[in-house]
Order: sequence, then C-alpha cells, then structure tokens
Amino acid sequence: MATYILIATLKVVVVFSVFMLIVAYLSYVERRLVARFQTRIGPNRVGPAGLLQPVADAIKLITKEEIFPDNANKLLFLLAPILSLVPALLIMSVVPFGDSVTLFGHNIDLIISDIDVGVLFVFAVTSLGVYGVVMAGWSSNSKYSLLGALRSSAQMISYEVSYGLSIVGVLMLAGTLNLMEIVENQSSLLDWYIFKQPIGFIIFLICGIAENNRAPFDLPEAESELVAGYFTEYSSMKFGMFFMAEYAQMVNVSAIVTTLFLGGWQGPLLPPVVWFLIKVFAFIFLYIWIRATLPRFRYDQLMSFGWKFLLPLALLNIFVTGIFMYL
Amino acid sequence: MTLAIFVVLAAVSVISALLVISQKNSVISALYLIVTLGSQAVLYFMLGATFLGVLQIIVYAGAIMVLFLFVIMLLNLKRDEFGPDRRKGQRVVALLLTIFLAVEILAALKIGFPGHTALAGPSTVTGAPSEVARSLFVDYLYPFEIVSILLLVAIVGVIVLVRKRI
Repeated sequence: MATYILIATLKVVVVFSVFMLIVAYLSYVERRLVARFQTRIGPNRVGPAGLLQPVADAIKLITKEEIFPDNANKLLFLLAPILSLVPALLIMSVVPFGDSVTLFGHNIDLIISDIDVGVLFVFAVTSLGVYGVVMAGWSSNSKYSLLGALRSSAQMISYEVSYGLSIVGVLMLAGTLNLMEIVENQSSLLDWYIFKQPIGFIIFLICGIAENNRAPFDLPEAESELVAGYFTEYSSMKFGMFFMAEYAQMVNVSAIVTTLFLGGWQGPLLPPVVWFLIKVFAFIFLYIWIRATLPRFRYDQLMSFGWKFLLPLALLNIFVTGIFMYL
Repeated sequence: MTLAIFVVLAAVSVISALLVISQKNSVISALYLIVTLGSQAVLYFMLGATFLGVLQIIVYAGAIMVLFLFVIMLLNLKRDEFGPDRRKGQRVVALLLTIFLAVEILAALKIGFPGHTALAGPSTVTGAPSEVARSLFVDYLYPFEIVSILLLVAIVGVIVLVRKRI
C-alpha cells in the first residue's frame, strides 16, 4: 500500500512538473516560431538564445500589481482564472504516455490513472473549462469582458457537440472508452485511426482548436474589437493563469489527438515516451503554424461553419462508419 | 472514510441547493446549482456508477448550466426583477406542496415501493457503459426511442414558436 501511494505520488509529481515546464516553454516556442513565420527573430536576449525568457516573464507577471476593478465580484473574479487552469491540468491524468517500465523491481504503468471511462473523463473536464471564461467575463463588470465571455461560451458549446461526435467513429471501431486500450488497438501504422477515420480526425482537430479559443477561432479575445475579451480586466499572475490554461489546453488537445488517432506512444526503435512527445510536439507545431497563417473567422462564419457543416459531417461520419462495421 | 466523504458531499450538495433558491442574484444562483450538480456527480462516483457520474458532469454541468449562464448573462437581468412575487396565493400553495412532498418522501422511505425493499443495499450492478447501453438499447429500446422522438418534436416546436414571434 505504501509503495503504491509512493509510486502514484511520484508519477503525479513527475508528470505535473514536465507538463508545467512544457507549458512555460510553449510561450517561448510560440513567440520564436511566429517570429520565424513573419521573418523576425523573436525573443533572444534573456539567456542563451532567449531560453530564460519564460523565467523573466514569470518574474514580471508575479511582481505586477494586482488590480480589482470597481464593482467587480471579488470572489468570482479571483476564482475564474483558477477554474480555467485546473481543468486544463486535470486532463493529463488519464492520458497514457507509455506502456510500462520496471523501476527498482516495481512494474509502473506510464499513465497516472487508467480509468475505464477515460475518453468521457476528458470530455467532462474539457466541458468545465468554459466556466472560468464565463465567470471572468461576468465578474469583471466590463462590457468587453462580458461580450468576450458570451462569444466564448456560445463558441465552446457549439463546437463541443461536433468535438464529441467526431470521436464516436473511433470509439465504435475500438469498442472501448479506455484510452490505454485505444492506444493498444493501434499497434501497427495501418491500424492508426487517422487512416480509418480521416474525417473524424479533421473534425476533431478543428473543434479542438475552436474549444481552445486559438486562432483562427480566437474571437473571444479578438483584440481588434474586444480589447482582450474575457480577461481584459486581469493583471499580474491572474492574467498569467489564463495564459497557462490556454497553453496547457494546447498540449492536452495535441496529446488526445495523438492518443486517439496517431497510435499514442506506439512507434519503432525509440522508447514509447519519446514517440509520444514527438507526436505531441508535431501537433503543437501545427497549432502555431495555423495561428501564424490563417486570419480570424467572422462570428457568423464561425457559427454557420460549426452548426451547418461540421455537425452534419460528424453525424454522416458516424453513419458511414456504422454501415462499414455492419458490412 | 467513505462515510466522512459522503457526509461532506451531502452537506455541500444540500447547502448549495438551499443557496440556489435563497440568492437574489441569478448568476450566483446558477453557479451554486453547478456546485450541487458537481457534488452529486461525485456521489455517483462513490456508488461505483462512474459512467453516470461522468455523464452528469458532461450533460448538466458542462452543457445545460453553461446555456443557463449564457441566457442569464445575455438578458442581463437586474436585481429588482427578482423582488417578491406579487401573487400572494403562491406562498400558500408552495407551503402545501412542500408538505405534500415531504410526506411523500417519508412514506416512500418508510413503506417502500411495491416489489422493492424500502432502502436498497449496495448495488450489484457496476454501472459500466456496456450495461447502461444494454438496458437502453436492448431492454428498453422502444421507450428510449419514443422519448428521443418526443425531444425532437419539442426542439422543432420551439423553433417554430420563435420563428412566429420575429
């Protein structure tokens, strides 16, 4: 029992530390990459090649003044950034990042919690992320924040439907809701669900970006019309927490795409954990690439695209998958 | 240990449910309702019904309550719109209905339903997704499909009614 608790605690500490490190350095990676896309150089002054930039950012954010707007609901204002960060950190607890290793005579599964309804857990926790946004917008007592929050909640609800339906095809083929078993089903390259469910994959990726409020779906924080959307009134580390939540969600969507469609940690020669990280980082690069390339949607385009194109397509995908499985 | 967690969760659930109906501000009420629904989801987890618990979070906390909050914030209701209701008769009716409900619950606990014992012991059903699916799509297929048609009719009806007013 004691060793079990020790192993579980160690796994949580290690995964959480690596995850936070990736999240912190994503801000640096994104700025450097976007700079390259725009033929600039990007931050390169703090430390060698600018590698200490996240540390400098953290010090700056922590030492900034905490501002509470007049007539803001203080408790909710304080709770909102926490409520958007916590769900983003929880998702990693069910994602498998390797099969198992033997350390000091103990067989350790490389997943924090191998639960039977892993896929549903991911969706449940993702769906809670919208509360941080809604509460931030409402408690700030500012019209830009409120408009940003309204847009965001409408967008997240709309895309959550197609987001959930896009993976039904994968679940039908896999016959399980356990993420570990889904990965084990994709043992060879041709078994990857990206080849069996290409439409599901594309819908999932688009909806993942939209759920995440990233460009080209970053209407909730469209700076040209809404200042900064729901976090307009935030300063200091509370502002930083919204950013951490966004980057953490980027990592989460990439990790779940990898797990559901790209065979998770499976791959030849290299250790499973390395394969997992390679695939995740490939998706994070794609994310940043899309952000640097595509312009923002207009709001009515966003809504009609989600409801009139992605949703019917996702339903059609399930229908066709069902017919093929029946045959 | 389990009992302690249950007591805390039950207390959180009941207190936040009371706060839902006692708050003047409708946004705060809705947020307390989320706390109630969330603690109930954890109660389902404790009973071993993980599938039901996760669905509770996805459907109620994740979708329905977001829509509630969205509508409340969109209408931007003022505080004075939630003053005491002018129809005085409501209070008497509410009191009578509350007493009726309390008696009903007590009777159900005391006597039980025909064919069932009053307080069920620990369930032998695990509540796994496959079991829920079997009861929905095999045992109770027709009632389930009829309810889904009813919901579809309701959705179409709402759209028709809204179209007329514009």
